Amino acid sequence: MSLAPFAHRHAAHCESGVMANLLTHAGAPVSEAAAFGLSSALSFAYLPMVKIYGFPLVSYRMPPKAIIKGLRRPFGARLRFETFGSAEDGRARLDALLAKGQAVGAQTSVYWLPYFPPEMRFHFNAHNLVIYGREGDDYLVSDPVTEDPVRCAVDDMTRARFAKGVLAPKGLLYTLESLQHPRPAPEHWRRAIRSTCRNLLAPIPIVGVRGMRMLARRIARLDPTAEHSREWVGHVVRMQEEIGTGGGGFRFLYAAFLQEAAEAAERPALAAQADALLEIGDAWRMFALRAARMIRGREPFVPGTLAGLLNDLADRETQFFQTLRRIVA
Amino acid sequence: MEIDAVPQDNNATLNGYRKAVYARDASGRIQAVASSGWEVEEIVTTQAADSLRRQAEEALSAARAGTGSTLAYWMFERRMDVALLAQGSGRWQWQVRRDLLPGRWSALDARTQARYAQALGLTVETIGTCP
Repeated sequence: MSLAPFAHRHAAHCESGVMANLLTHAGAPVSEAAAFGLSSALSFAYLPMVKIYGFPLVSYRMPPKAIIKGLRRPFGARLRFETFGSAEDGRARLDALLAKGQAVGAQTSVYWLPYFPPEMRFHFNAHNLVIYGREGDDYLVSDPVTEDPVRCAVDDMTRARFAKGVLAPKGLLYTLESLQHPRPAPEHWRRAIRSTCRNLLAPIPIVGVRGMRMLARRIARLDPTAEHSREWVGHVVRMQEEIGTGGGGFRFLYAAFLQEAAEAAERPALAAQADALLEIGDAWRMFALRAARMIRGREPFVPGTLAGLLNDLADRETQFFQTLRRIVA
Repeated sequence: MEIDAVPQDNNATLNGYRKAVYARDASGRIQAVASSGWEVEEIVTTQAADSLRRQAEEALSAARAGTGSTLAYWMFERRMDVALLAQGSGRWQWQVRRDLLPGRWSALDARTQARYAQALGLTVETIGTCP
């Protein structure tokens, strides 16, 4: 929309970072935390039937693209989504958009992005970034999880955009076409918070606090003597802390949102809730820490202890989201 | 989390990258700060990476000994498992499992070989050999 240079900001999570940067570029200055909270991205789901490297999916946020799509209503934004049947078409379209001076959001697979640290390159297909220019055979990339903008060879980026498998990006590109409300109304902030409370307190066994309890029951059943159990717990922690800054990280990000919301949603009581959520985030990190110590053998591997910590977290979050729901009712 | 509690453990897995973490500063405001990593993350990432590496090494010795296939080695080397390779190549999992049997690779038709090569981002010749 504008030809101003693209302002890159470092973010905790790729999708909220991309949307915050795209909206700011389009004239609606918004923080990553606001993008995350206004799209009601915080969640919890334990999906034992979906396997990742043979382990169940544990997600601490809504499914990919929920942030991009969730921000349309509060900002009155029109987004254009394009996927492609062939890599060649996808590359040509991206080059055409860049030639017009557009900043373009793209979905990619982490594994094929050469600038990622080698140890972090797993097959994860829903990584979002912004491409804002091309110089020779390189794209200029604003990847929100890197501190500074990076460069990526055209061939590598095309490969990453057309990775196959679960959540295959199919070259997905998205651009902001128009924007009606650069500042979302207080009611939009409250509505977004209500929606998050509804998700976390949902009466569905695999979602929200009930999902945490189900995961706790599963962990309690692990055989403490099997190596596989350690890998199982390690996987849960990795989903929590490493993949997209899961559990603890997302709580801290949402706390930052609540702090902003105290004013923007005209509910001063939210400021105290932000502090309460920081403490819950610390408890999530304590869970991760104890699990890691058990994996490394620094303390005995007792699945029941971890299950207990998780049940405590479910109790605290139940109380927290009930209070939150009352404030924004 | 307070800003001075943000871990700065220089994770080897991050290879010098820093990630943004939200924490509370002295004035009570929650904001993003750069973190060089947390040991806990390093432990679990290393655990996952080691597990994949171990599978690749086992597949490599099996391929050299003729009791496993080179395709199996390259699958693990590219951090995939049967499910991921099936999705990437558009084959059924049972077909992939069958194609992973030793000696099977050279019996595959050129089109199927090309599909695996595409999924793994390697040439057909490379997949037929092991380092």
